[in-house]
Amino acid sequence: MINMSQITKVYNTGNVAFEALRGIDLDVADNEYIAIVGPSGSGKSTLMNLMGCLDTPSSGKYELEGHRVDALTANQLAEIRNTKVGFVFQAFNLLPYASAYENVELPLLFAGMRARERRMRVMELLNRVGLGDKIANKPTEMSGGEMQRTAIARALANRPKLILADEPTGNLDTKSGAEIIRIFDELWETGHTVIVITHDINIANHCKRVIKLKDGMIFNGIGARVN
Amino acid sequence: MRFSIIYNVFMRDFNKQRKRMLLTLVAILWGTLSIMLLLAYGEGLKTQFVRGSSGMGEGIVILWGGQTSMAYKGFGLGRHIPLVEDDIEYLKQNVPEIRDVAGEYIRWGAEVKHKEMILSERINGVFPVYRDLRNMIPEMGGRMINDLDIEHKRRVAFIGDAVKVRLFGTEDALNKTIYIESLPFTVVGVMKHKTQMNSYQGADEDVIVIPASTFVTVFGDPWLDNIVYAPKDPNQSEYVERRVTEVMAGKKKFHPDDESALGFWDVIQSLKTTRNMMLGIEIFLGIMGGLTLLIASVGVANIMYVSIKERTREIGVKMAIGARRSYIVMQFLIEALGITFFGGFIGMSISYILTEVFKMIPIESDIFEFMGRPTVSLEIGLVVVAILGVMGFLSGLFPAMKAASVNPVDALRHE
Repeated sequence: MINMSQITKVYNTGNVAFEALRGIDLDVADNEYIAIVGPSGSGKSTLMNLMGCLDTPSSGKYELEGHRVDALTANQLAEIRNTKVGFVFQAFNLLPYASAYENVELPLLFAGMRARERRMRVMELLNRVGLGDKIANKPTEMSGGEMQRTAIARALANRPKLILADEPTGNLDTKSGAEIIRIFDELWETGHTVIVITHDINIANHCKRVIKLKDGMIFNGIGARVN
Repeated sequence: MRFSIIYNVFMRDFNKQRKRMLLTLVAILWGTLSIMLLLAYGEGLKTQFVRGSSGMGEGIVILWGGQTSMAYKGFGLGRHIPLVEDDIEYLKQNVPEIRDVAGEYIRWGAEVKHKEMILSERINGVFPVYRDLRNMIPEMGGRMINDLDIEHKRRVAFIGDAVKVRLFGTEDALNKTIYIESLPFTVVGVMKHKTQMNSYQGADEDVIVIPASTFVTVFGDPWLDNIVYAPKDPNQSEYVERRVTEVMAGKKKFHPDDESALGFWDVIQSLKTTRNMMLGIEIFLGIMGGLTLLIASVGVANIMYVSIKERTREIGVKMAIGARRSYIVMQFLIEALGITFFGGFIGMSISYILTEVFKMIPIESDIFEFMGRPTVSLEIGLVVVAILGVMGFLSGLFPAMKAASVNPVDALRHE
């Protein structure tokens, strides 16, 4: 699924160059369930942005599903984000003025899917996350858990294999957080690769593999357990 | 396929942000209304001025006798060059570029009487062709001087509409008898009212026209005051003027380069000048309206910028779920163009309705005589659409470029 070698990311803020990632080597097989942990500023989000093709590495080689993606054009990257990766954010990042239905529909619009097909897909996705009866609700009319489930439905819209979640339960109460993790479990069981950034030790333990980051480098050995 | 994506996304965003869109729409509407009404006003003004300028006759040149300023063939300076009836036929024969030519005699301050009313009026002795050259159209039931009138030296008169009111008031004037210098004349026609903004002897509404032959008999005046001619090709008027001078110089023995021997008033050129002046006024009004519209466009651009700032995170989200930069650009561009054209369309419709309503108001006043009535023409519409297009595009382009330069990673972090 993912092959990264000697990936670095340098941010130039004014005169100071900040090395967010300093040589990451990482292989992720198909259908893995991974937690990325580490203190603030360790480069977790930067790594996830690179994995999701939101950003490009400063140097190094990155293959996603067997294809080099470290030197693609902006439009090619947009297409990968649209079809091969699903993002779930801590702050949900739903469009505030759009209903649950419209939010889930958006990636399908970008993919150029026909209206009929779109309608069926959106309904299928919202039913899958248990929101079939709330399609017309706007984010302000939903609970945190519902918003995050909408966001997951959106991430799954174009049936990507890779799901990237940046602290998906960070803004949720325990019960809602557990529901989200249960959905991730299901996704993993149906063949998705799920990668979750988390501060929650329970979630990290729940995952099948944990990657520890510190100062822009992977700290633990591949496959090691946290405890 | 790609367009439908953009359209779908746009329509959704538009529906969700109605209030902001509406306010901007009103600004564009107002700008469009301003430019349309100003241009419509200019168009009405121009139409009226051109009509008024051609009230005296279209495509004509007025010719009168002057004084020589060059010695020639033994004649000294300052010799008067009179025009006579012979000259009319002579010009017709020798300058084939002339389509029509007529002479006219003028007598100022003739005594004119009808019943108890005694007036001092201007009398013109003219030929039938004068009717078309000088645009003197009779009202229904009446006629202008004709060939038989000339042949039989009939005592008939064609009177201007203002003279008619002075002599007859509201009474019917046709076939009534008036006395000019104590001689009875039958009124055969009253001039249909026309807008006349220039003249060389006074307005035509104030004149009493009689046959040239009768005029000579009554007043014993052998000298023509003017010759009026129309070149076949109005664009050749300068060349024809040159030819007329040469031919007349031969006949009357003055130097062909003597510019003061004959006087010319080229009404064709004057009309061109008037048209140009009016075009200038129209452009000026257009610029005024255009500036109003420009301010509205700045409003659109401003709102788009604010919108981008507010929607930075949204742009980031859209990019994260697979929107290409071009979609973002197109979204803002189409939004700006959509507002501009929609507002413009409403503004144009309102201005069209207003001018139509204005046309229906039946006001007969001197103001309209000079100002004309505002008219929306197809040309004005096209010009405004073009301006709207350019402004909509520009007001969307810069914000859109800014939106597209947003980095998705930063945008997602944006609060």
